[in-house]
Amino acid sequence: MDTRIRPPSNAVVGRTVLGPDVVRIDIESPFIASRRRAGQFVIVRVDERGERIPLTIADSDARRGTVSLIVQGVGKSTRQLNSLPVGSRLLDLVGPLGRPTHVIERGRVACVGGGIGTAVIFPIVKALHAAETHVIAIVGARNKGLLILEDDIRPLADEFFITTDDGSRGRKGFVSDQLLDCIKSAQAAGTPLDEVIAIGPVPMMRAVCNATRPFGIKTVVSLNSIMVDGTGMCGGCRASVGGEMKFVCVDGPEFDGHAVDFDELTLRLQTYREDEQRALKEYMESHPPDPHSH
Amino acid sequence: MAKKPLQKKKNPIPCQEAGSRSANFLEVALGYSPEIAVSEADRCIQCKDQPCVAGCPVEIDIPAFIRLMRDGDFAGAARKIKEKNALPAVCGRVCPQEEQCEAVCTLAKKFEPVGIGRLERFAADFEAAMAHGADGAPLPKKAPPTGRRIACVGSGPASLTVAGDLVLQGHEVTVFEALHKAGGVLVYGIPEFRLPKAIVQREVDYLARLGVEFQTSVVIGKSFTIDELLGELGYDAVFIATGAGLPHFMKIPGINLAGVYSANEYLTRSNLMKAYTFPEHATPIVRGKRVAVIGGGNTAMDSVRTARRLGAEEARLVYRRSREEMPARKEEVEHAHEEGIIFMMLHNPTKILGDEKGRVKAIELIKQQLGEPDASGRRSPVAIPGSEFTVPVDLVVMAVGQGANPLIRATTPDLKCNKWGNIEADPETGATSKKGVFAGGDIVSGGATVILAMGAGRKSARAIHKYVCELPVRVG
Repeated sequence: MDTRIRPPSNAVVGRTVLGPDVVRIDIESPFIASRRRAGQFVIVRVDERGERIPLTIADSDARRGTVSLIVQGVGKSTRQLNSLPVGSRLLDLVGPLGRPTHVIERGRVACVGGGIGTAVIFPIVKALHAAETHVIAIVGARNKGLLILEDDIRPLADEFFITTDDGSRGRKGFVSDQLLDCIKSAQAAGTPLDEVIAIGPVPMMRAVCNATRPFGIKTVVSLNSIMVDGTGMCGGCRASVGGEMKFVCVDGPEFDGHAVDFDELTLRLQTYREDEQRALKEYMESHPPDPHSH
Repeated sequence: MAKKPLQKKKNPIPCQEAGSRSANFLEVALGYSPEIAVSEADRCIQCKDQPCVAGCPVEIDIPAFIRLMRDGDFAGAARKIKEKNALPAVCGRVCPQEEQCEAVCTLAKKFEPVGIGRLERFAADFEAAMAHGADGAPLPKKAPPTGRRIACVGSGPASLTVAGDLVLQGHEVTVFEALHKAGGVLVYGIPEFRLPKAIVQREVDYLARLGVEFQTSVVIGKSFTIDELLGELGYDAVFIATGAGLPHFMKIPGINLAGVYSANEYLTRSNLMKAYTFPEHATPIVRGKRVAVIGGGNTAMDSVRTARRLGAEEARLVYRRSREEMPARKEEVEHAHEEGIIFMMLHNPTKILGDEKGRVKAIELIKQQLGEPDASGRRSPVAIPGSEFTVPVDLVVMAVGQGANPLIRATTPDLKCNKWGNIEADPETGATSKKGVFAGGDIVSGGATVILAMGAGRKSARAIHKYVCELPVRVG
């Protein structure tokens, strides 16, 4: 038997536009596809001059040997990534990295996704559903055009809610408002939640943690720190959790949200703000948006 | 022929001029010319005791290669070195010769020692230049295939040594590297101005031509476990050399401000990711105007000199002991001085201060004095109460040592580690508590040097060869 590890092709075999500047890409990497679990991430490099970009694995297909990433084009590197056509190849794809989600079996869990964080919540919903846990899924965005994965998550959730900031779809307001109602009705029904998992922009995760704190419900968040190697070597992704220094890449990416220092995380995420804006500006000048891309 | 009087001092190595080089990343030392090399080789008195050989962790036959150089046979000298050291172009540049071969040189009792490192470097570079690139270098003969397969985890100096030794003995060798480029610390850690990356690539290419398979972007402990390598993936033995890959941070206020890096992150951004060319390469780096690097080792020296090259007007090295205790290589300290690095010896940070945006704006230091010798035999620094003062800085780099990376330990429960997480391995063979698993380099010793890692690799290679040759013949 040939037991050799064949280096994966990293070929882009599928590409679906999910929303404005949000693209799902399917990449061939059989060994990552077969062993990744919910909550884990990969590090991607597009070309020889590219950054190493950490991205949570949104889904995988072990039979086809593909992993799916959902990428929001916010900076130069993510825009490069989400404009890759089918048939092209990523230069590097490393993983699966980070610790998998702790999946509660036959419990009751609320999964809250905000904006692109919904792509990270999706595999967790899928895993909890497979573990026969009662899943309350709450998905939010600024407006209805920015909602993603509604049709993927809805069939896996036992209860499903949408919120938008402007009320263009679902409930007008924040995911944390909807969550509060769900917590209260679960308690009134005598079926309290075992856990809340909230993933999205930092202000949203902070709001959810503030909402659950008075109820003492364990709340898990996934941190999107800046990383380089993703293996614990550089410490660039460090965050304060319960007063201790944690490396998001090897200790996380999921942590007890009630212990995370979100102020520090917010400031650290802005370390390269001017550099990122400069790189994006130069990229946009040389790559005008394609009117046919959506 | 009358004997020439002995030249008392080493022939200096020509360098880029200090003013211009602190603004570029090109190699600082330019190397000897053939004439200087012969003249330096001629300083060796070919003494009978050969203390230099015992001073070398891989026991290169130093008098023999120097004799060949003296006679102008540079390629022969390179071959002589390569009998014991697979990476002479690297070691000639980064070995702390002043603590090893040159420290015990007979000449050093009265004069300056022979410039053994500089001669090694010249011989290796000469051979490479003669080989006209990677395709031309003659390959040594390999033993017939044994059918045995060995996995090396990590691609730094220890693994490269093991891979080179075992592939020549007819084994199949795969080197797994977590990052996207092979070479380990030689690529991500040591800067271009001290060790050009083309030299590392030349060595990796040479091993690849010998038949070593390199698999980059594979994280053993995550992508595959050690048990899978030995089980379904069919390797007969595994050599773990993952390095000292977990940076230490001081426990002081402000350590998580934006603009505080570990040396690993700072150097990886600059060396591996080429952030010094941003935005041409996409990885950014904080370009401090006033930089404080904390530490006194080679990593600290590499960091502070990188900061200078990235445009720092004030690049300070803050070290809690005195200059005499600094573990950094002597030549690098001298080069750093020439480049205008500010040395703040006997100072230690007490806190890092930030602005309203959470970015570093100053560092508070406390003065130290030397007390009694500590466990390392060096006099331990003691803070002088009330001597605190602040220095404005916009970038702080922590080069205060590293621990053991947890990824392999966490997924290999039967691999015995010490209380710091370093793998326990037999110093003579590299054998670990787990059958078929050997280990060497910084993951065993804690942060040490390239040559010590290679020495450990050499011993492990011997033990692995013996181990796989004694394995029962596989069925099926």
